[in-house]
Amino acid sequence: MALKQTPSQTVGPYFAYGLTPEQYGYSMTSIASGAMRQPDTEGERIRIEGRVFDGAGNTVVDAMIEIWQADSQGRYAHPADPRGSNARFKGFGRMGTGTDPEHRFIFDTIKPGRVDATQAPHINVVVFMRGLLLHAYTRIYFADEAAANAADPVLQSVPAERRDTLIAKREGDSYRFDIHMQGERETVFFDA
Amino acid sequence: MDAYNPRDWSTQPAYLSPEYKSTPLRAPTRALIPLKQTLSELTGPVYGHESVGELDADLTRNGRKAGEPQGERIIVTGRVLDENGRPVPDALVEVWQCNAAGRYIHAADQHDAPLDPNFFGGGRCVSDAEGRYKFMSIKPGAYPWPNHHNAWRPAHIHFSLFGPSFLTRLVTQMYFPGDPLLALDPIYNATPAGSRELLVSTFSIDVTQPGYALGYVFDIVLRGRDATPMER
Repeated sequence: MALKQTPSQTVGPYFAYGLTPEQYGYSMTSIASGAMRQPDTEGERIRIEGRVFDGAGNTVVDAMIEIWQADSQGRYAHPADPRGSNARFKGFGRMGTGTDPEHRFIFDTIKPGRVDATQAPHINVVVFMRGLLLHAYTRIYFADEAAANAADPVLQSVPAERRDTLIAKREGDSYRFDIHMQGERETVFFDA
Repeated sequence: MDAYNPRDWSTQPAYLSPEYKSTPLRAPTRALIPLKQTLSELTGPVYGHESVGELDADLTRNGRKAGEPQGERIIVTGRVLDENGRPVPDALVEVWQCNAAGRYIHAADQHDAPLDPNFFGGGRCVSDAEGRYKFMSIKPGAYPWPNHHNAWRPAHIHFSLFGPSFLTRLVTQMYFPGDPLLALDPIYNATPAGSRELLVSTFSIDVTQPGYALGYVFDIVLRGRDATPMER
């Protein structure tokens, strides 16, 4: 290849006014937030919330989480989706962990459909924070999709004892998905 | 669809870079699990020209309250390319930086340097058909940080790009040529020698606008696709 990939660098502690300004009360408009659906968006309304933990078990208060997902029919709002882009649901959310009193990220979205015949419903995640020199890729699966999860090729590629780190649990009206950077419950991160 | 080339680990910083003291408790410790690319990876959020406002790319104007911001005016421009040198058009480029005195408008920045009431420090633009982007700004200052005794970050501008898929996502920092703090900076130096230099912009007298602002060029290379077997 002719050119080398530009190296990644950490998002640092001060991304909020540039990347998530409305959430943090700055004057610039945001391109995305945790509120991902419109009143007329089709599909099951869900909330996904979680916290990010460092290796000492402390909550990370300066992380930024981005999620990318299909609509309720499993279509992505992107020209590469062969079934046609769904422009009515953008499918992208971005939220920092610095504004919620419990330092949660919170996405109000819809449950994604299956994007192909083999994969279980899932949401694609990237994690950024001070101290993370390049972003980390992970995925959110859903605990109430046990049969589909059991046949999902990505989940099956993960050692069985670690699969649970990728599965959001239903808690009341929300799905809980905590991200552990290290430790016994270290979240599975992908070489995507 | 053709897969994207893998991340080139020879150009990327290691997660665990102990000299940068925020990494030891935040770096993943287990090996990354290989992920076969599916439609979920080959697609990504689309933000085109409709997503940016008129002043978004001019940081010398988008934070004005009662006059011009303080500092040395600069033009930062370059091309967004893939590894094969092809332009990446319609790529959203978001930037944020501190002011000329080395102070971020972020509420958590407690550095004892003045805020500039006429400078915000955030902006964005979308690359054109040739992959070109351009910002007007103020040269950011250096600032101290608590990583080690007498630690100072070299002047830098934060960049965030999506590119055509979720796999081309990139967050990085652009530095300025000749900065003596680069050799001492653990974030810059966490990237392997031979690649970290890609993060340093070049001064350009051709980009420099006579009587107004100095020009810097910073090209950004995202993951490409269609690599031939020989190249792989």
